[in-house]
Amino acid sequence: MKRWLAGAMVFIVLTLVGLFADPYFISLMTIVLLFAFLGQSWNLMLGIGGQLSIGHALFVGLGAYSVGVLYVKFGISPWIGLSLGMIIAGSVGAILAWLSFRFEVRGIYFALLTIAAAEFARIMFGGWEFVGAMQGLFFPAPTGAIEFSMLRGGAGFYYFVALALAALGIIGTELISRSYLGYVWRAMRDDEPAARALGVRTFRHKILVISVSAAAAAAGGGILGLVQGAIFPDSIMGMGLSVDVLIGPVVGGLGTTFGPLIGSLAAIPLNHLMSAIGDSLRIPGLNNITYGIVLILVVWLLPDGIWPAIARLCKAIQAPSRVWLPHLRKAEE
Amino acid sequence: MLSLWLNVLASGILLGLVYGLVALGLTIIFGVMRVVNFAHGEMVVFGVYIGYWAVRLWNVPIIVAAAIAAVVMFFFGYLLEALIVKRFVNRPHHYQFIVFIGLSLLFSGVLLVAFGPDPRPTASQLSFRTVSLGFVTLDLARLQAAITAGVLIALLGAYLRFSSFGRALRAAADNRLGGLVVGLNIPRVYAVTFGIGAACAGVAGALISPLFDAQPYLAVDFTLLAFVTVIVGGLGSFSGALLGGLVIGVAEAIAALMFAPSMKTALPYALLIIILIFRPRGFFGAKEI
Repeated sequence: MKRWLAGAMVFIVLTLVGLFADPYFISLMTIVLLFAFLGQSWNLMLGIGGQLSIGHALFVGLGAYSVGVLYVKFGISPWIGLSLGMIIAGSVGAILAWLSFRFEVRGIYFALLTIAAAEFARIMFGGWEFVGAMQGLFFPAPTGAIEFSMLRGGAGFYYFVALALAALGIIGTELISRSYLGYVWRAMRDDEPAARALGVRTFRHKILVISVSAAAAAAGGGILGLVQGAIFPDSIMGMGLSVDVLIGPVVGGLGTTFGPLIGSLAAIPLNHLMSAIGDSLRIPGLNNITYGIVLILVVWLLPDGIWPAIARLCKAIQAPSRVWLPHLRKAEE
Repeated sequence: MLSLWLNVLASGILLGLVYGLVALGLTIIFGVMRVVNFAHGEMVVFGVYIGYWAVRLWNVPIIVAAAIAAVVMFFFGYLLEALIVKRFVNRPHHYQFIVFIGLSLLFSGVLLVAFGPDPRPTASQLSFRTVSLGFVTLDLARLQAAITAGVLIALLGAYLRFSSFGRALRAAADNRLGGLVVGLNIPRVYAVTFGIGAACAGVAGALISPLFDAQPYLAVDFTLLAFVTVIVGGLGSFSGALLGGLVIGVAEAIAALMFAPSMKTALPYALLIIILIFRPRGFFGAKEI
């Protein structure tokens, strides 16, 4: 109960931010929330399902391109684009998983396969004239009027879309991890032969977790494309995006529900700050250095991420009241 | 027509030998320590810059630049292992991968800060000279790079096979616990292994510096190329890395001739996906070094 309450508080604060903060902060927070959701999808795959993907940009890009192509070329609503993107990415994820787990390609090999697939797709989209090739695909400039059926609106509108998505991600992860699937997936992550011995069809479940994660990433990607107003293969399907996706959950805490949000809140503003400093001092690459050091330090010193550390701290603060409560009750009697 | 194909094939084989050297560095590190060096491409680019500066400042031949790169990168790799990588060797794979992604971001950031994003052409006289052998015309820089890479691969292979340290290294690769039991200094073996791997990448980088413009953004491509090469041959296999390098070099050269330039870069990945699907452990399985 306490978790839901804390979560609700966070979202009330974030709603107030969306209503009253200045435009720059809102656009930064939109990106933070979107990457919190994308990180959530990645976290589902590694933190709960135990499968490492370093090519999540593939699914993000498929989602973005589905929305972009349908909207820009045919004027079809992004809602349909999002659904289509989720179906495509989910199927691609399932096919990749099926192909590799069929021959017991796993661990590092599976991770490398995801990179190869993402890079292959990036180059293919970069050479495909219909989707704009390397020049990119541009959405028409927003008029500012909010059109819910076409998912179009100003920066404030997209902030709330991103917030809704992040909330969905957190609630979804929480529900999944408490359901039968969550227990099965965690069992599979921790000890696959044991899970199989207990009658879990790990082959199917691995495909399922990757497919769900890929579909979620595609939904995030579709919105990311709309928010950025343009889609370029190098930025939406490149290695850089795959790395950006995994930084949030790694910094926040692998396999935890709130980790990706906390991690994105910490890492993305830091990255923006560092690239702003780098730009003003004319030192490109400063943000890369910071990200690199943060990643190394987090894995070194806080391998569970910062969220479990915060949670422990909260518990330590609350602990005395729990100890005292029985005594108080006794006193009342 | 035939001579065109022969030329393409020859230049593919020559570059393939250099790719083989890059992949060898990656495969030795993986074979012994079971970690995937995600920052390998950055190490190649360090080598390219060492080659660039050595030629620029002292006007030395490329071979000397490669020797400098070997020494510098060996100590770099040794220290990197002893100071940072060592702490993560026994962690789960995904943590190691994330640490190496961090290292690769760090190195590419350092390269950007130090040299800026603009490409620096190393066009020395060497880049324009060619050698004619009847049917085929080879450019001298490529030939020199390939011969040096080939000799180094052979020397390294002999060293691993016949020297006592090579035996220790292979023993550590085979069974870490067994190595500890018989009294191998495993931390030192690991550090030297990482040094050798980094030196392979650095030398390859210096050797190709006349062919590629020195540029920080090259690193990602080289990392991915090294992965592809190594997986085509089989992660952890010595001969596999060499074979993978040749396959990728030739495939790239043929693709450049047959398809649009963008397809040329896509081909290695297509090849990798096909190989991972049909022969997931590569041509040569794993383990053997």
